[in-house]
Amino acid sequence: MTPALRDIWVYLAATPLLWLTATLLAYWAAFRIHERAGRAPLLNPVALAVAALVFVLSVSGTPYETYFEGAQFVHFLLGPAIVALAVPLYAHRRTIAASVLPMAAALVAGSVVAVLSALAIAALLGASTETLWSLAPKSVTAPVAMGIAEKLGGLPSLAAVLVIATGITGAMIATPLLDALRIRDWRARGFGVGVAAHGIGTARAFQVNELAGTFAGIAMGLNALLTAVLVPAVAALLR
Amino acid sequence: MIGALATLLLFQLAGETIVRLTGAPVPGPVVGMALLVAALAVRRGPGEILPGVANGLLQHLALLFVPAGTGVMVHAARLGEEAVAVIVALVVSTALTIAVAASVFVLVARATDRGEGTERGA
Repeated sequence: MTPALRDIWVYLAATPLLWLTATLLAYWAAFRIHERAGRAPLLNPVALAVAALVFVLSVSGTPYETYFEGAQFVHFLLGPAIVALAVPLYAHRRTIAASVLPMAAALVAGSVVAVLSALAIAALLGASTETLWSLAPKSVTAPVAMGIAEKLGGLPSLAAVLVIATGITGAMIATPLLDALRIRDWRARGFGVGVAAHGIGTARAFQVNELAGTFAGIAMGLNALLTAVLVPAVAALLR
Repeated sequence: MIGALATLLLFQLAGETIVRLTGAPVPGPVVGMALLVAALAVRRGPGEILPGVANGLLQHLALLFVPAGTGVMVHAARLGEEAVAVIVALVVSTALTIAVAASVFVLVARATDRGEGTERGA
């Protein structure tokens, strides 16, 4: 790099503008690739954008903290977006009211399977106690999962990583899995993804079908509540 | 549009306040969402502008997870030797959860209603 270019880089790298722009560009490119590929679930836009950004950050030697100073403006919108779920929820209120029983049954079944299967498989494969309790709340939205993990002696930051990884996994496998199971009810498809893969699953569901997205959003909210009660109860039983 | 954004932020703020006051194990925005549904029910609908802004945010909900997802880079090393156990548990458990929850939903729905989701969504 010439000295002039280096000066520009030093200046830009320190402002939120650079990494905010990079975040939007990475997502936009990822989204276009996803669209071009006929919304192929494996080419998940979150996964592609994260991979591109991690590459750019490591090549340029930028610490995550510096990146987040710019990206925080996008991150902040998660809160208002979750509040915005109220709009489709209200629009579909009749369908939702008619689906209370299937939702309750699917919520309990999904929540229990999410926690117990993760604990059982990881324990069989020899994961440490710290890792187990960071993994247990993997299917709920990050702030709740971090709170649960912390209370039980897991690592909140590891829990957040596992939550994101679970979300991306769920968004990638849901469509082929549900097609293979021949489940065509958009409510059931959305609800299953929302219970297993919280917000990232909900984001995928909204891109596929609005009714599925709405049910995914409901499942995400309800599972946050149930898992917060369930995981400490399982921990108390096991200890 | 500003009014719609202010509405979303106001309900988030109310949700955060309630969560702080009660110590409930839910994120503030989820409580804000529930409050906004209640407000929409009282007002009998969201008006003209709010749906546009809400759908705009929700259509690109995936974008909003990119900054947190990039944080994976910082903590990926922490997995170390346990990476295999964690990845297997995570993938299998996520697949099982989706399959079980969606199947239970379908079974109970078949017993209790007329399969509305398929008719409307197809």
